[in-house]
Amino acid sequence: MNNGDLTTLTIVVGILHSGIRLATPYLYAAIGEMFSQRSGVLNLGVDGIMLMGAFFGFFTVFKTGSLLLGVLAAALIGGLMGLILCVVSITYQAEQGISGIGLFMFGLGASSLLFKTMLGTVEGIQGFSELNFCLTDSFCLAEVPVIGDIFFHHSLMTYGAFALVPLAWWVLNKTTWGLKVRSVGQNPEAADSLGVNVIQVRYTAVTLGGVLAGIAGASLSISLLGIFQENLTNGMGFIAVALVYFGSWKPLGVLAGALLFSTVNALQLWVQVLNLNIPSDVAVMLPYLLTIIALALPFRRALQPAMLTKPFTRGEN
Amino acid sequence: MHKNRFDSVFFQRLYDALLPFAAVLAAFLIGAVLLLLQGVNPLEAYRELFIGAFGNKNGLSDTLVKAIPLMLVGLGIAIAFRGGVINIGAEGQIIVGSLLTTFLVVQMGENLPAFWGIVIGMIGGAFMGGVWGAIPGFLKARLGVNEILSTIMMNQIAIQIGFYLLRGPMIDPAELAAGTNIPHSARLARLYDLPRFTDLAQSLGLTKSAEELGLSGFTAELYGVLVEPSRLHSGLLLAILAAILVYILLWRTTIGYRIRSVGLNPHASRYAGMMVERTMVLSMTLSGMFAGLAGAVEILGLHHRMFEPTAVSAGYGFSGIVAALFGKLHPLGIIPSSILFGGLLVGGDKMQRAMQIPQVLITAILGLVVLFVVSTDYFVRKRANRRVSADTSTAHTEDDAQLNVEVQA
Repeated sequence: MNNGDLTTLTIVVGILHSGIRLATPYLYAAIGEMFSQRSGVLNLGVDGIMLMGAFFGFFTVFKTGSLLLGVLAAALIGGLMGLILCVVSITYQAEQGISGIGLFMFGLGASSLLFKTMLGTVEGIQGFSELNFCLTDSFCLAEVPVIGDIFFHHSLMTYGAFALVPLAWWVLNKTTWGLKVRSVGQNPEAADSLGVNVIQVRYTAVTLGGVLAGIAGASLSISLLGIFQENLTNGMGFIAVALVYFGSWKPLGVLAGALLFSTVNALQLWVQVLNLNIPSDVAVMLPYLLTIIALALPFRRALQPAMLTKPFTRGEN
Repeated sequence: MHKNRFDSVFFQRLYDALLPFAAVLAAFLIGAVLLLLQGVNPLEAYRELFIGAFGNKNGLSDTLVKAIPLMLVGLGIAIAFRGGVINIGAEGQIIVGSLLTTFLVVQMGENLPAFWGIVIGMIGGAFMGGVWGAIPGFLKARLGVNEILSTIMMNQIAIQIGFYLLRGPMIDPAELAAGTNIPHSARLARLYDLPRFTDLAQSLGLTKSAEELGLSGFTAELYGVLVEPSRLHSGLLLAILAAILVYILLWRTTIGYRIRSVGLNPHASRYAGMMVERTMVLSMTLSGMFAGLAGAVEILGLHHRMFEPTAVSAGYGFSGIVAALFGKLHPLGIIPSSILFGGLLVGGDKMQRAMQIPQVLITAILGLVVLFVVSTDYFVRKRANRRVSADTSTAHTEDDAQLNVEVQA
């Protein structure tokens, strides 16, 4: 193995490691959004919820030093933001393409306002640290070459995000609640006639989506970065919404999408680090281009929940 | 009994018209709670905001300057919404529009007469914005790509293209020479600056000051806005003209009828022989054109050079949605609505300077306005439904009923 290969290996390992790491916020947010969309509600405000979660999570850790409290605070504010969207989009049947934009703007404005008045400057915190998987005193998984470098240098938040995928699959496909979520997104009239409370199921699904979006924001501010600043997410929430389409409304699809997207993102960061002869602006553009192309793949359309974005009124038809 | 119903319809319509105002009021109330939590007296803050925006000629002219892009973007948003497509991509459309305008006008140096330079710049901006709107429209019509998501992605792509061009091919040669490399373009030739209101007033012979004319109070301030030197430029007249043209387009032409029909009921429109997909692409293209034109007007009238893309688009792609919604997606409603929200943006800035309340409060309030306006629509729809089901049994909304009447006629 010559020197050149070694560098290539380091780069590939680096890209794969960052890819897994960067997938964290996308996974939380997109899995949450998947529940929301499977129940028939498009929540476009994910980015605003993430920002609120990121701020509240960060602020709590900054003040109390407790990471657990930080995650709880983020989940709580995320759930509240989700509830706001429920009232607007489900109860008042607002056009879902717009209500989410309103929630996004509110989250963006409110999180920046709170940040500016309650913190003032960018502060750093000691966030989640890497777990070390030591099987014995002398043998740690993190020290295994390549595999250890890629898979075992992550924080609890990252492993939590990946653990969420099979959990979400199980909840969606193997529990009664999951069945209800799928049915109210596919055929709310039928579900209603069988005694399912469509409105209630949609409320819980969207609120759960909000909780997870809040945690997604916190994973960014108290795990990946350890800082909060204005518009920290920079549109990540919108990507998360697109990932649900990309992943055909399935947890595994979302996982594949999140990994692909974050790896391209990592690639893009490495292009900048390595000073390759590609303008960084073009590199930054890549993930967004990829998203549009992925959305255009024709076979995914048929899998969309039939009643996505359609409000439900009892007794119509 | 018949007279009673007539009365109640009148009051219902009055409620409907007042609901958006209630929505803004509610948003301000929540904003007040946010301010109270920070230990700020909300009444003082809001007083600062409104006086800063509407209380004197400086505030008023700044408000009108900001109303120009809001109006143009809002018109585009309204066309898309009326056509049943949602355009969240105005930010990107503004950016690509302003880029092409800048490129064209920088290229022409001073070789064209002012009028043609400005016209070509504007056509370029509108064209590029239209392309940026047509792509998501086409992707939706042909491949079923959700236009909300694709327009959001197109925004990010536009921002990066902007930075790329301004760091490379379009950078001001002076920046390269000085070695500072700030990503902005050269200044456009002054020849192609849109005339300011003060220039127009002078060429019309309005040179007297407000005191000389014996004006006082608000009329004096208003006169000052129109006559005294300020940043207010003739883009405002263009935007108002555009609003009238969009009104004519939507309600007085076949194309507009088709756009609204597809927006209200694509299935019925298809059944009636309209090309639904083509109309959607058209709506998105027109929508993008107005956002692109907004970019062109910002460059020609205000900035006179292209710089940081997100600073040029300045969130108008989103605040334009608010202006359009508050204006009930009606071109003539968007005129006052843009002035109101332009004032909010200016007032927020003044409030920040006077009381150290971060301007982002306005973003939060705008978001709340959107949430309240789309929520209160529910009551309007419900009442309309009840009204219509009394009139015609088939139509689902008031607009549907109107369409039915038009179709039958």
